[in-house]
Amino acid sequence: MNMNINMKMKAAVVVFPDSNGDRDAKRAIETLGIPVRFVWHKESSIEDFDLIVLPGGFTFGDYLRTGAIARYSPVMEEVVRQAKRGAKVLGICNGFQILTEAGLLPGVLLRNRGLLFLGRDVWLRVENNATPFTSAYAQHQVIRLPIAHGDGNYYIDDEGYKRLEGEGRIVFRYCLPNGVAPNGVAPNGVAPNGVAPNGIAPNGAKGDVAGIVNEEGNVLGLMPHPERLVEPILGGQDGRGVFESLLNAVCGRVN
Amino acid sequence: MNVWKEHGLTEEEYTQIKALMQREPNYLELSLFGVMWSEHCSYKNSKAQLRKFPVTGPQVVQGPGENAGVVRLDGKLCAAFKMESHNHPSAIEPYQGAATGVGGIIRDIFAMGARPVASLDSLRFGSLDDARTKGLFRGVVAGVGGYGNCIGIPTVGGETFFHPSYHGNPLVNALCVGLVEEDKIFKGQATGVGNIVMLVGARTGRDGIKGASFASEELSDSDPDKRPNVQVGDPFMEKLLLEASLEVLEAGLVVGLQDLGAAGLTSSGSEMAGRAGSGLYIDLEKVPLREKNMEPWEIMLSESQERMLMIVEPSKVEAIEKVFDKWDLIASAVGEVTGDGHFTVRRGGEVLASVPAEFLTDKAPVNLRPAAEPEYFRALKKADCSQLRDWKNWTDLLKKLLASPNIASKRWVYEQYDSTIGTNTVVRPGSDAAVLRLSGSSGSPGSVKGMALAVDCNSRYTYLDPWRGGAIAVAEAARNVAVSGARPLAITNCLNFGNPEKPEIYWQFVQATDGMAAACSALSTPVTGGNVSFYNEYDGRAIYPTPTIGMIGVLENVEDRVTSDFKAEGDWVVLLGETLEELGASEAHFLLTGRDEGEVPFLDFEKEKKLHAFLVEAARNRFLASAHDCSDGGLAVALAECAIANAMPSPFKGTSLKGTLGVTLDWRGSVSPAAALFGESQSRAVISVSPGKWEAAKALLKKHNLPATLLGKTGGDAFSLRYNGALLVDCPLSHLARLWNDAIPEIME
Repeated sequence: MNMNINMKMKAAVVVFPDSNGDRDAKRAIETLGIPVRFVWHKESSIEDFDLIVLPGGFTFGDYLRTGAIARYSPVMEEVVRQAKRGAKVLGICNGFQILTEAGLLPGVLLRNRGLLFLGRDVWLRVENNATPFTSAYAQHQVIRLPIAHGDGNYYIDDEGYKRLEGEGRIVFRYCLPNGVAPNGVAPNGVAPNGVAPNGIAPNGAKGDVAGIVNEEGNVLGLMPHPERLVEPILGGQDGRGVFESLLNAVCGRVN
Repeated sequence: MNVWKEHGLTEEEYTQIKALMQREPNYLELSLFGVMWSEHCSYKNSKAQLRKFPVTGPQVVQGPGENAGVVRLDGKLCAAFKMESHNHPSAIEPYQGAATGVGGIIRDIFAMGARPVASLDSLRFGSLDDARTKGLFRGVVAGVGGYGNCIGIPTVGGETFFHPSYHGNPLVNALCVGLVEEDKIFKGQATGVGNIVMLVGARTGRDGIKGASFASEELSDSDPDKRPNVQVGDPFMEKLLLEASLEVLEAGLVVGLQDLGAAGLTSSGSEMAGRAGSGLYIDLEKVPLREKNMEPWEIMLSESQERMLMIVEPSKVEAIEKVFDKWDLIASAVGEVTGDGHFTVRRGGEVLASVPAEFLTDKAPVNLRPAAEPEYFRALKKADCSQLRDWKNWTDLLKKLLASPNIASKRWVYEQYDSTIGTNTVVRPGSDAAVLRLSGSSGSPGSVKGMALAVDCNSRYTYLDPWRGGAIAVAEAARNVAVSGARPLAITNCLNFGNPEKPEIYWQFVQATDGMAAACSALSTPVTGGNVSFYNEYDGRAIYPTPTIGMIGVLENVEDRVTSDFKAEGDWVVLLGETLEELGASEAHFLLTGRDEGEVPFLDFEKEKKLHAFLVEAARNRFLASAHDCSDGGLAVALAECAIANAMPSPFKGTSLKGTLGVTLDWRGSVSPAAALFGESQSRAVISVSPGKWEAAKALLKKHNLPATLLGKTGGDAFSLRYNGALLVDCPLSHLARLWNDAIPEIME
């Protein structure tokens, strides 16, 4: 891998009070040779970045509604500005929740069906690999990533859902290890109707949605944690593709 | 009411206090004595016994007496670790009780200057068929997860055990481990006359007042009235406190640091002064309060969470305030180090209380309680195990065991925990020990080593034979670490017992801790700290004695780690160690009869050490595809666990997705089929070895002179056990996996 090219990419990880996936996100991005700066949530003017990550956590304790207070942090105006400018914005878990609160992504994340926090690995199918976050994956590739959340139950009204689906903005969908995603169309083109009428997302997400992008395709929010599976020693590196894709999108294909 | 009684003191103690002070103590002073001389803070009933523990070794950097023990892992890189109980609060208010237990132990770790990297929990409840127990179980697990997940420290392992003896008095023991470089370890000492005492973090309210005294009483049905004694946790506040504290430590702005736990400002202030042999005063007018009109004794005894006490040079106060302001936290100068030896409470210029610090911390009475062997001890040694010995349908018994809450998968518990945050967890919950990599962790970007952690106690053993049970708890915790490929280093502990004023209970305590001490000496795993929790009784009935062990071990190379699950078709399956005709005190006997009785399995330290030495060397040489401790439920259960460890429950009810690997085994032995399958002989482990490495592994077995039995090979979808020519167990693996996976979720749904 060409470290010099990677060094050109400018990445930020925003640190809110009780961001707790901030250091994991930084470490994961750094494994690709990309330098990362932590940006404190009170910073109201920051330099231009190619990638801004809103990491996982329980910002402000999530005592109100997940992400509801963080979206008012001074840094968020900058995040919105840079997103409009075309910077890539990646919201992981609590970061996804903040992006919906900030209006950068549609829909909401409700309490998990079953009301329990869920910390386990899930299988995801890449539903659209033509995004800056997923180009390193094959279309319909099945990957395994950890989830760790109490509020990952994605909800959007039917009209909004149809729009997401129609515009290819559902990027990751929960699926079975064999790639069958009952709410999507199976790789062989057959939808296994009736297998799981309530979906298979462990959190109850509508349409088994795990991750979506905005209309412009430069803002991704997802509940699973790609930054936690980027090295074989951690049990796999299926999450690495997200960061490789971003590197490719920003610096052109480097390897 | 007598004045001493109100403060939980005895008349003798009151007399002793008057003699020490050479005057009548005032109300506030008596409040200070009341909490500091409680069992919870003073260890007055256990101190003499705890002195028997081995506490030194080349690996030990900090032994008992500080906020946490510290062991050396790799060069300068050390682990600070400690375990603490939060039993009584959890019995009253399970969510907050468990949550604040986790919060408290985390503060103990970063008070040492260490960044917390992982937690484990050891939980015990009554029988799960009881509605109240289910509620406690649900609440405690949610509380442990709620706090740990929010603050972002992974809960990487633990144990959960159900037994009627814990009815009404659950045990919630939490262990936390952090990493720190040896020269950056902080101590809870108030040194330097004129230095400023700063109280940082949350404001002080009326919550948890006299929690330490409450922890030193028995529980009864009227306990919901004690809810005000239970603290409320705020993990968000603690996360900020953690980051701000580590930031000021890193910047070299702090002289001494201690968390505020039981007995709040009173214990932290007097202990810091006591350890340093200095003195300090606290001015109540400077303490930020959450409520109006708090009495001096309420402020001093409040157990409001998420607070720390810092000793700071006057010139650095401003810098500290700046850092805490960044994190939107309060840091208040509330007093000063004096050097007069006194722990003084003031309100402005007025002295409200002044007591030599050592009276509070060191002069508490040391009680040598009378111990008496309980009647049951000899009576229960004789057991009729014929029901198990003469059992006919072994497959059925195995199924029953796998579906019993004690053996069943604890996935329902650990999936409510975030176990992967921090990206250091390389063996996740569900194996014998959790393993974390050290590389990239604070202070050691380049370490290739790993750290293994396990918590363990079989309280059926410690009830039936406290000495041997205490020894086995240590041996088994060490074995859990060794099967993971790590060399056991040291322990922390939570000693949970009933009322020590009862001679039978005190006898259990002495016996169990003597057994622990012997095992710790034999296995070279010294005690680095821990906690004693007495008075675990509900309506006058004591819990089974439960000395929970938290073991830490080190892997020379984290890539050598071994997990319990079978890996590949065609691997040899081998039982290490010897199986004796031992049926007593077993999980299977209890399942069939509902009785805890019989001789606890024999433990030979030399055999145990040999087993560990082999396991660690075999892991180092990468001979082992898998390794699993053979314990509760015996060999049949251990083998089944290796075969179904990775069986993922499917989103569709009643099916397992994948991850099972069957075995067809055929071996011979001298014990009965019952003992071969379900006996719980100690110092055993099940390993699997790829055929290519079997010869080398055999040579290593010979070198260590370790007895081993070749059982057969992995492969297929069946679970088939043939012993002395008879097919004893034969069952499709998917059935076993389903029973094991679904048992607890089905009870809890």
